[in-house]
Amino acid sequence: MDLNELTGRAGEWMKGAGPQSDIVISSRIRLARNIAEFPFIRRCTATDRAAIDKAVRDRLAEVPQLTDLAYMRVDELSDVDRHFLAERQLISRELVEAEGARSVAIDANERLSLMINEEDHLRIQVMKSGFDLVAAWDQINEVDDLLESKLTYAFHDKLGYLTACPTNVGTGMRVSVMLHLPALVITQQIEKVFRSLQKINLAVRGLYGEGSQAMGDFYQISNQITLGRSEIELRNQVHDVVPMIIDYERRARDFLLKQNQQDLHDKISRAYGILRTAQTISSEETMHLLSSVRMGVNLGLIDDLLIADINKLFVDTQPAHLQKLRGGPLDTAGRNSERALYLRRYLSQKEKDGADQN
Amino acid sequence: MKCQQCEKPATFHITELTGEQPQEIHLCEGCAQKYLMQTPGTGMPGKASLAGMLAQQLKVADTAKELEKLDEKCCPICGISFFEFRNQGRLGCPHDYVFFASELEPLIVNIHGDLLHKGKHPLTHKRSTESQTKLIQLRREMNEAIRLEQYERASELRDTIRNLEEGEEQSEDDHTV
Repeated sequence: MDLNELTGRAGEWMKGAGPQSDIVISSRIRLARNIAEFPFIRRCTATDRAAIDKAVRDRLAEVPQLTDLAYMRVDELSDVDRHFLAERQLISRELVEAEGARSVAIDANERLSLMINEEDHLRIQVMKSGFDLVAAWDQINEVDDLLESKLTYAFHDKLGYLTACPTNVGTGMRVSVMLHLPALVITQQIEKVFRSLQKINLAVRGLYGEGSQAMGDFYQISNQITLGRSEIELRNQVHDVVPMIIDYERRARDFLLKQNQQDLHDKISRAYGILRTAQTISSEETMHLLSSVRMGVNLGLIDDLLIADINKLFVDTQPAHLQKLRGGPLDTAGRNSERALYLRRYLSQKEKDGADQN
Repeated sequence: MKCQQCEKPATFHITELTGEQPQEIHLCEGCAQKYLMQTPGTGMPGKASLAGMLAQQLKVADTAKELEKLDEKCCPICGISFFEFRNQGRLGCPHDYVFFASELEPLIVNIHGDLLHKGKHPLTHKRSTESQTKLIQLRREMNEAIRLEQYERASELRDTIRNLEEGEEQSEDDHTV
């Protein structure tokens, strides 16, 4: 796979498609697996790591359904390319920062990625645009079965799949849904939602970018427990709670529209104005403003743009993406002006397209 | 604003949402990197909080002397000591779940509220657990022999490993035919 080809393309979760994609960015499931005849990563020698990498790669080649995956040695990629994959959520931050032989295999539409030598020998991840955990589970379960027919996983009759960290033991499964919740943030109800989720053992995390607090009002909800419940039960727990949060967010948006539409419209228009005209802008400010504009598009207050445009801008304005698009390394100041330039060009083009249509 | 962990200016402002109350943390770039590495964005406790949980549990269960003794306990397969696990929050090999079972069980119950897997099982069992763990142990012994320049011993071990691997591939083939 040529990473430069990916650069101009929107990956699966940026498509802004799929059920409830105005609020749900993506649905993701990952499974942690280890190969029985090797120690866990912490106790692996360089030889072990290379052998694990080779074993998985060789077995992948034997599974007809998985031979199309593009395999890459992450340790042989440049720093920018590693971060580029992480910004697209194809690999984890842990895989970016780790040392030694490690790799990833990705399918062409960026739905499936297999990380080798992450915290566990194998991390299988399936990502779907919008709210689609059922399809995500079906796909990952199938991939897991295919791999398991070729590899012997570390498995314990009582404890299930054995993982390097006891927090993942059992199913090794993490189900997560990324939500965009700007109205719950504005109306200060978000903490209430978090507290109620924690009571039912679900974790909530903000999305981190380049130096910031929970950026762009993106929140990820995931299961904390991995043992003692079946995969379907774990999936359903997240699956059942997400519609309630979507409903809260929609009600908060209605409330904002009813209470002070002018204020809201003003806030969103100003955010849009800054993005279209700024000469230098940080990643943090970009995320913050794009979040407002995204809600504006959803509420019909901005009509030049689609949700897919905003999702693309969220990703393209991240540091590694900017540098890939620009075709060379940039320091922070350089990135800030390149980011502003990119936004001005993209948004003025969209405005022009919109005007041409009218 | 200064970084909460060193003297540099704080450029990262993190809101931690995993506790009872959201918590604001202000860090410089270096400390923030470390902090974020510790708690990867997957919703699971970072190794610091895992170690804390473990320490808390052990405090209740053991005296300092018993803890010291426990820390020295090493898995015969991968060689990890309980101390290393306690420090890093990561186990060394699948056998640790058996070898440290009595120490791990209360921790697992604390995290998951359960000790019994109810999810899917591998469809096939191609290799016995003993030969899998044996392979981990033999490879470790071989590396150790190489390190000590005991090349004769290393090549013996290499042959044993090869036989074990080939023997299994043989039986795998039998299995699929």
